[in-house]
Amino acid sequence: MRKAVANPVFWAKTLQCALLSLVVVAMLGAGESRFDHLGHELMCSCGCGQILLECNHVSCPDSPVMIRELHAQLASGASDKAILNWFVAKYGPTILAAPIRGGFDDAAWIVPFTVFVLATAGTFAIVWMWKRRYRTMVAAPALAGAAAQLTPEESALRERIRRETEY
Amino acid sequence: MQAHPMPDFGSFCLLLGLILTVYTFAAGSLALWGASAAGLRIAHRPAALWNRLGETARRAGIASFIAVACAAFALVWAAFTNDFSVEYIRAHSDIALNPAYKFATLWSGQEGSLLLWAGLLSGYGLVLRVRHRVDVRLTAFASTILAAIQIFFLLLLCVGAPPFSIHPGAVPADGAGLNPLLQYPEMVMHPPLLYLGYVGFSVPFAFALGALMMRYPGEKWIHITRRWTMVAWLFLTVGIFMGAHWAYSVLGWGGYWGWDPVENASLMPWLTGTAFLHSVMMQEKRGMMKNWNVWLIFSTFMLTILGTLLTRSGLVSSVHAFAQSNIGAWFYTFIMIVLAVCLFTFFLQRDHLKSENKLESLVSRESSFLFNNLILLAACFTVLWGTLFPVLSEYVQGSKVTMGAPFYNRVNIPIGLFLLFLTGIGPLLAWRSTSLRSIRRNFVLPSIAMAAMAIALMIGGVRPWNDGDDMHATFFSLMAFSLAAGVITAITEEFLRGARVVRTQTGKNLLASAVLLTRRNTRRYGGYIIHFGIVVMFIGIAGGAFNQSREMEMSYGDQLSIGPYRLVCQSITQDSKPEYDTDYALLDVYRGNKYVTQLAPELREYFAGTDHQQQLTMVALHSTAQSDLYVIFEGKNPDTGRPIIKARLNPLIAWIWIGVLIVVAGTFVALVPNLVRTAARQRQEDLVGAGAPVLGAAGVLAKAPHA
Repeated sequence: MRKAVANPVFWAKTLQCALLSLVVVAMLGAGESRFDHLGHELMCSCGCGQILLECNHVSCPDSPVMIRELHAQLASGASDKAILNWFVAKYGPTILAAPIRGGFDDAAWIVPFTVFVLATAGTFAIVWMWKRRYRTMVAAPALAGAAAQLTPEESALRERIRRETEY
Repeated sequence: MQAHPMPDFGSFCLLLGLILTVYTFAAGSLALWGASAAGLRIAHRPAALWNRLGETARRAGIASFIAVACAAFALVWAAFTNDFSVEYIRAHSDIALNPAYKFATLWSGQEGSLLLWAGLLSGYGLVLRVRHRVDVRLTAFASTILAAIQIFFLLLLCVGAPPFSIHPGAVPADGAGLNPLLQYPEMVMHPPLLYLGYVGFSVPFAFALGALMMRYPGEKWIHITRRWTMVAWLFLTVGIFMGAHWAYSVLGWGGYWGWDPVENASLMPWLTGTAFLHSVMMQEKRGMMKNWNVWLIFSTFMLTILGTLLTRSGLVSSVHAFAQSNIGAWFYTFIMIVLAVCLFTFFLQRDHLKSENKLESLVSRESSFLFNNLILLAACFTVLWGTLFPVLSEYVQGSKVTMGAPFYNRVNIPIGLFLLFLTGIGPLLAWRSTSLRSIRRNFVLPSIAMAAMAIALMIGGVRPWNDGDDMHATFFSLMAFSLAAGVITAITEEFLRGARVVRTQTGKNLLASAVLLTRRNTRRYGGYIIHFGIVVMFIGIAGGAFNQSREMEMSYGDQLSIGPYRLVCQSITQDSKPEYDTDYALLDVYRGNKYVTQLAPELREYFAGTDHQQQLTMVALHSTAQSDLYVIFEGKNPDTGRPIIKARLNPLIAWIWIGVLIVVAGTFVALVPNLVRTAARQRQEDLVGAGAPVLGAAGVLAKAPHA
């Protein structure tokens, strides 16, 4: 156990598992009721900037019409994708609450996760590199004297900071 | 024709402020160059002469504050005296406007809010220049950089968006009035607080850039700017949440955060500022991450400007349309100049930013800070990406897309939960390296608390696998509550562990020992209190997964049930006020059979002013720690003429606002200097606690000198 905790690979795998489980759970959701699900994928077209089913714009001229249209589309037996396409064809792509048309829209979803994964990998790499450099420095004591080059005033300040940031 | 000469006085003050600021910048730069040249013996004039020139620059900087403050006063005066010859006052005020809102006219529109920005910047500059003895040379650098920023805003006010421009033609008898949506007490406070935060980050930015320019030795500049950064962060935090509370209480859609680009613009510098406050500790304590910290504060400052650009330029579609204008080009240019200066200085001086130490272990405080920064910046990137993606999409596909709450929630909630997780484990890890024994000792109780909370919630009915419709939301809430239990346990454990040692030393009771412990190391324990506040806010946010809503047409005697509440309609009434007509319902609220309160949701139709004729709902709210009963008068059914009442039950939402108060309290604690104990007190405590474990060098009685 001691060895495992000290091993970066152990932590990397733990993090991988945690991230994977989050992604898996995030993908689950097939059981949502279609009206509620689709109503939350659309924006109200009146310009209030609200999700269709959350629009409370007083006397909104558009949301009741859109909700009726959504009910009608569901009753016609169209698939989710077909219904959303119908709304996009009628109101334009900004009617979708999030970009889900495929193509370049996918970049909206992929880029944040890619950046996050790359940044996480980068952070692990930096930590690993720093740790390795530290070992090299410890092995060569002459190189480890950066702190010793501080003036007495700086050392006193560093000590005070150490006390104040002590956890 | 003007009513009085105040607008001329205001314009004159702005021009004078600009001249003084230009002098501060020019003379300050020259003095800094001359002083360093004299030090290197390459200038012909003695150093004392350059120092005198620097002193005149400092005083001109102080005087510029007076000039800008007078300009702001002139605009407020014009609002209070209903001087509609000033176009800005005509557009944002009217005779009937409440005096408090007349004062708020200063920041109700574009030109006024830019004047507020310039005023706050000169105010921060005043404090910095008055306290220049903290470090005369570094402050001179920071003062010159602040003057450069100030020149931009004053130039903008004098040329691009003058607040005192005169209304063409005859003076109108009345103004257009203030947008009714903004006539709310929190709206008086929200913009200045937000601006205090935005502008406040200019000071650590100026210090960081100045320290880099002058190759300032050591980490003292960070120590000097720590309080500035915390104060700016505090203002920004309070400003953001005051805006959220306003949106919740006024807009009537039942939520508090809509991921609008302007909201995002305030969140981004908050995220990078928070990352800076954490990672800067690595530089203070270990001399690490110097490059990173410099870029964090540079980015934070640039994001505050980007936020203003997004707000003003109309680059992205926003519901904050009242703030759009054509001054975007000014901000593009300014951001480019700032970025160029930062890049140039960084590459010129980057050898000065070498780390003194290296990481010793993956399981350490240092790596927890690294991951904390990673998460905060990932969240910031996501928000920036989501905000700018519509523009990118239009460029690539030729059509804009909407980036609404579904995008941000799906991407940011897992990131937020990871951050909550790190909030808990970070403080439990030791600097340099954490031993296995320490991990076991520190993590057992929080892990048990986390598991116990998860099990208790599942037994209590929070079962994501049963919630077909809201599986995601329920799962994330379950995670958030469980993590919150673990983090709160970890924080409590930390307090108790320290308090027990102090109790042994001093003989005081546990509570007094905890207070003393906090006073001995305000930064550390203030930080814990802030973490606690953040966790409480997460609890409030997680409650959103269990929101309920019901809507029905009501008339006298009708009943609407939601959660444990029953609403009984007592009357539907109409009334007329000088500025609006109103319809409101009187609803008695019962919990079971017990009368709780009466709520009066209202629908107003404003007619005062020509620009702001609109309908507005006034939310009726019954707030408890358990849930908010949120009732809206939605309008009348055109067919039946009966009012439509919508009721929402928002669980735990009050904890968000309580969490913010805790964060504010924690920040105040962290800002207070530590107490140190005198030798006599130390001896006395050592006698009491003979044989007890020693906590550390810090103690009580005398105030520590502080930079």
